[in-house]
Amino acid sequence: MATQYAGGTTGHRIEAPTGLALLIYRLKEALSTPKPYLMGFGVFLWLFTYWLLCEGLKLDRFDKIPGPVAIAKEWFSYEPFQGISFFTAEYYDHILASCRRIAIAFAIATGVGVPLGLFMGWSDKIRQYIFPILETLRPIPPLAWVPLAILMFPGFEAPVIFLATLASLFVTTLNTMLGVQSIDEEYFRAAGCLGSSKWDIFKNVVVPGALPYIFTGLQISIGVAWFSLVAAEMVSGDLGLGYLIVDAYMNNVTVPMVIGMITLGFVGWFTSVIVRVIGNRLMQWQVKELALQGR
Amino acid sequence: MDAVSPEGRVNLNMDGQPSTEADWAVGKSTVEIKNVSKAYGDEWDLDQVITNLDVTVAPGELTVIVGPSGCGKSTLVNLIAGFEQPDTGEVLLDGKIVTGPARDRMVVFQETALIPWQTTYQNVVFGPKLRGDLKGKALKAEAERLLVKVGLGEFVHKYPIQLSGGMQRRAELARALINNPNIMIMDEPFRGLDAMSRGLMQEFFLRLFEENRRTNLFVTSEIDEAIFLADSLVILSNKPASVRKVIKIDLPRPRDYKMLSSPEAYEYKREAMEILHEEAMKNFAADADSGDFAESFRKR
Repeated sequence: MATQYAGGTTGHRIEAPTGLALLIYRLKEALSTPKPYLMGFGVFLWLFTYWLLCEGLKLDRFDKIPGPVAIAKEWFSYEPFQGISFFTAEYYDHILASCRRIAIAFAIATGVGVPLGLFMGWSDKIRQYIFPILETLRPIPPLAWVPLAILMFPGFEAPVIFLATLASLFVTTLNTMLGVQSIDEEYFRAAGCLGSSKWDIFKNVVVPGALPYIFTGLQISIGVAWFSLVAAEMVSGDLGLGYLIVDAYMNNVTVPMVIGMITLGFVGWFTSVIVRVIGNRLMQWQVKELALQGR
Repeated sequence: MDAVSPEGRVNLNMDGQPSTEADWAVGKSTVEIKNVSKAYGDEWDLDQVITNLDVTVAPGELTVIVGPSGCGKSTLVNLIAGFEQPDTGEVLLDGKIVTGPARDRMVVFQETALIPWQTTYQNVVFGPKLRGDLKGKALKAEAERLLVKVGLGEFVHKYPIQLSGGMQRRAELARALINNPNIMIMDEPFRGLDAMSRGLMQEFFLRLFEENRRTNLFVTSEIDEAIFLADSLVILSNKPASVRKVIKIDLPRPRDYKMLSSPEAYEYKREAMEILHEEAMKNFAADADSGDFAESFRKR
C-alpha cells in the first residue's frame, strides 16, 4: 500500500554519484550536448572578426585599435611594453581597488535598499513618505551627481563609493518594493487565518515572497554599481579599473585601455554570478519550480 | 497518484487501519448571517454584491452554498472569514460578531494558497508553530499523522509546486485541520482540478466530514458536487446575492457516488437546476442585448 504513495519509484534505483564521479558525470553530460561546441565556436567567431578587422585586414581607423594578438602578447608578458599585464602588481591594485569599492557600495545599497523596499511595499504609510522623493531622485544620472559628490565628500574614495551606492540603491529599493507588492493577497489571508501576527507575516510571507524580485534587483544593481563606479573613477580617482582606462587614454597607450575593459567585463560577470548563486541557495523552492518547467 | 482501493474508494489511512479520528473533540460552531449587505466602489457607482442575505450554518452540518458564477459567493466567504466587514447586518459566530480572521474559522481557498516557499510539512505546521500552541514532538507527530491521513506521507519535504493539483488540495486540508477549527470554510476548493481528481477529492472530503461532522461551509458552482456533499443546500440569487431557496438534502450518510444517480438525488437536482437556470439567465440577459435570446430559449 505504502509504495503507491512513493511517486513513480517503479524500476531500479541508481546510487547517486558523489565527488569526482559526479563531476565527471556532469562533464560527460555537458559534452554530449551541442551547447559547449556552439559556445566555443561563437567565441572564436567574434575573436576572429575582431582580429580580421584590426590585425588581419588592418582596415582604416581599426588599425589604431590593438587587436587580440597584440593584447594577448602584452597581457601575458613579464615585461609589458605599455605597463599593464598579469605579472605587474599595478594591475591587481587597480582590480582590488575597484572590487573593494563595489563591495562597500553594494553592501550599503543592499543593507539600506532591501529593508527600505520591504517596508515601502508592506506599509502604505511608509511608501507615501518616501516614494515621491525616490522617484524624483532616481532619474538623475549618477554622472550628474559627480560635482556634488566631490563637494560633499573628502578625498578620492568617498565620492566614488557614494556614486556607486546611489545608482544601485534605487534599483534595489524599487525592485524590493515591487517584490512585496507582487505577493498574492491569498498568502496574507492564509497567514492571517492561521493566527499570524503582523511581524510573523513580515518574516514568513513578506520577506521570502519578495526574494525573487529582490535578487533580480540585486543582479541589476550590481551591474549598475559597476557602471557608475567606473564613470566616477574616470572623473575622480587615483586607482581602479576606470582610472586605468582613462589614464591609459591620457598617456596615449591603447593596450592597457582594452585590457582594463575586458577585465571589467570578467569581474562584473563574476560578481553577478556570485549574487545569482546566493539567490538560488536562498530560494530552493524557485529553483525547483524552474526545474519543473525544464529550465 | 491518488491512492485508491480496488473498490474505487479513497482510503483515509495508508495502512488500511480504521480511523481513530472520530473521538476528536471537534468544535461545532454555528454561523449566523443576519441581513448582511455588501457593496464595493464609489458612492455614486455602487456595485452591490450582497443584499439582505440571511443564512444559518447549523452546527455539525455540511452547508453548501451554490449560486451562479460571479454572484458574490467569494465575498460572502470573505465576510465570514473576517477578511472584510459587511456594510449592514452582522455575521455571528456562536453568537459573537466576527471582527477579523482567526484560527477557529479555517478557509480553504480557490486554487491554492499553500505558501510556495515552504515545504508541505512547513506549510502544515505553520499555524501551530506561530501561535506556539503545539510544539516539538507533539507538533511533529500531529503533522505527520495528518499528512499520512491525506495521503502525503511521502511528500512532506516537497514544495507545493512539486505536487499535483489534487495533492495540493489535500495538503491544504491538512494545513487547515491541524488547527482543529470549529468551522471549515471551503471556497470552491476543487475548482481547477480535472474531473477524475475532483471526484476523488469530493469523496475524500466527505469521508473527512463524516468522520467527526465538524461544521462545514462549502461554496461551489457545481450542482452535482453540491448535492453530493450537502446536508443543506443554499441557493443564491444572481448578483446582488440573496438567498433564493434552502433545500434539505436527505440522502443517507455515508454517501457514495452511486447515490447521485438515485431518483431522490435527481429530484433535488431538477429543483435546484430550475432556480439556478433562472438566475443564470437573468445575468445572461442583463449583460447585453440578449433578451431576445433568453426569451426564445425559454419558449423552446
